[in-house]
Amino acid sequence: MDFGPFLFLASLEGLVQAAVLCLTALGLCLVFGVMRVVNVAHGEFFMLGAVLAWWITNLISTHPALGFVAALIIAPVMVGLIAFCADRLILKRLSYNPEATIVATIGLLYVIQQTVLITFGADARAVNAPFYFRVQFPWFGYSGYKLLVIVAAALILLGAWFVITRTRVGLMMRATQYDREMAQSFGIPVERVYTVVFAVGAMFAAVGAILVVPIRQAHYLMGLDPLLLSFIVVIIGGLGSIRGTVAAAILIGMSDGIISVFFSPTLAKMVSTTLVAFILVFKPEGLFGPSVVNFRIYPNHKGHKGYKRHLRLNKK
Amino acid sequence: MLKIEQLNAYYGTVQVLRDFSLSLGAGEVLCLFGRNGAGKTTALKSIMGLVQRTGSITVKGEELVNLAAHLIPRRGIGYVPQGRRLFAELTVAENMTIGLMARGLMTSGIMTKDRAAETRKKVLALFPPLASRLNQVAATLSGGEQQMLAMARALCLEPRVLLLDEPTEGLMPSMLATIREVIMALRHRGVAILLVEQRVEAVLPVADRVAFIENGRIKDVVGVEQLSENHGRLHKKYIGKYIGISQ
Repeated sequence: MDFGPFLFLASLEGLVQAAVLCLTALGLCLVFGVMRVVNVAHGEFFMLGAVLAWWITNLISTHPALGFVAALIIAPVMVGLIAFCADRLILKRLSYNPEATIVATIGLLYVIQQTVLITFGADARAVNAPFYFRVQFPWFGYSGYKLLVIVAAALILLGAWFVITRTRVGLMMRATQYDREMAQSFGIPVERVYTVVFAVGAMFAAVGAILVVPIRQAHYLMGLDPLLLSFIVVIIGGLGSIRGTVAAAILIGMSDGIISVFFSPTLAKMVSTTLVAFILVFKPEGLFGPSVVNFRIYPNHKGHKGYKRHLRLNKK
Repeated sequence: MLKIEQLNAYYGTVQVLRDFSLSLGAGEVLCLFGRNGAGKTTALKSIMGLVQRTGSITVKGEELVNLAAHLIPRRGIGYVPQGRRLFAELTVAENMTIGLMARGLMTSGIMTKDRAAETRKKVLALFPPLASRLNQVAATLSGGEQQMLAMARALCLEPRVLLLDEPTEGLMPSMLATIREVIMALRHRGVAILLVEQRVEAVLPVADRVAFIENGRIKDVVGVEQLSENHGRLHKKYIGKYIGISQ
């Protein structure tokens, strides 16, 4: 295959990776942004989504599409319920203390992982795609399901963006993110918001896993990679920045996909982690993260509308 | 309207308020004066349920001490905190919507959609500069506009009791007049106002009574006319003793 089509194929693979990563990282970003909780168990919610999808499709084996749709509805709800219970029984009792919740979610990681190992075993489980069709490009045919994953992820992200920026629930989440105490003083039930955000964050990871499980396989150790990549994405995008998370997920997903196809997956991981190191050194707040001071309000900042005037005056 | 009895407030194991008692009638403005660290801000935070407290706080006879913090604004208590504490990355309109939501725009409260629109209009009439900046992010407003927004946000919940914590902090003299006018307007509407302030002269003209706090206890409550009568002798006694300003 020529370089051009090969690059196109690699880009498509990258887009699939980016789509799933967007969903997974968005969950982690929401939880950190609103609750200031570093959820180390986030990858296990991803794994749980995939394993439950396998279990549900096995129970409803009449038609792959029927089982898959049922999994897409039921598994995220089950994962959300588990996250809801984890929040109420563990995180709330720790008063959402940042240090204590890291240790608690590490514990949660092992509890979920080992429970899945005991219940479903150590074997990798395949899930059938809901349908099989190939989209024929001039140079190669490509899986229609993979293209559907990209479209589905984009639609879910659009929905999430709409809820966060255009609805009152989203406004409550953003207000809680900026000032918890003031949010309470204006009638926002902060602890309820936290519980919902933690559950929804886990559900995003589960949906990402369910979409990708027909391409990969469900396995009790599959949560580590998405967790690592999500942390990379959230750090590069800017902690708590949804716009940054989506941009970074596309960047990392695409580079990961392209480098994996042209070179090796190991090199792709090396590039991602090196990028994080550079970002941490040169732009610690991430690509779109809030800086400590909003420098744009000062005329000596490039983003200020009076910046040119400021330069002119300073020259004189 | 607001009655506080035997209130004790704590930060962890440290007790800040001790047997703090006050009462405030409808349409009354009470200023709380005291030195730094005397417990003025803690008194307001206690009413809002933001610190641990025991004792009794009632609004129109309804007990607040056992309520969760987020339920207190629904009883008609508005709070303008020290340092404004706006939701900095939200727009002016969004900050005001949060104020409107506090009285039950989301749930079954007094605030219906029509009433919310009307309230918003009334509040913007009090602070005209905000009307042209509804889509501007709060962090980019000037200090005076931010203070207006902090007050507007609290007024959006149609408060029966308004708690103001140093509303004149860092403001230029022309803004002080605006703040005083708004306080007077609210007073005429029957809103009970508890005002914490360091700049005594800035707020005395709008106050009915003054309470002096020392080491978390109310030491004296006097009518504002007592402070200015007798050629400043009483003025000196109270202000010098409790705030440490020589007149």
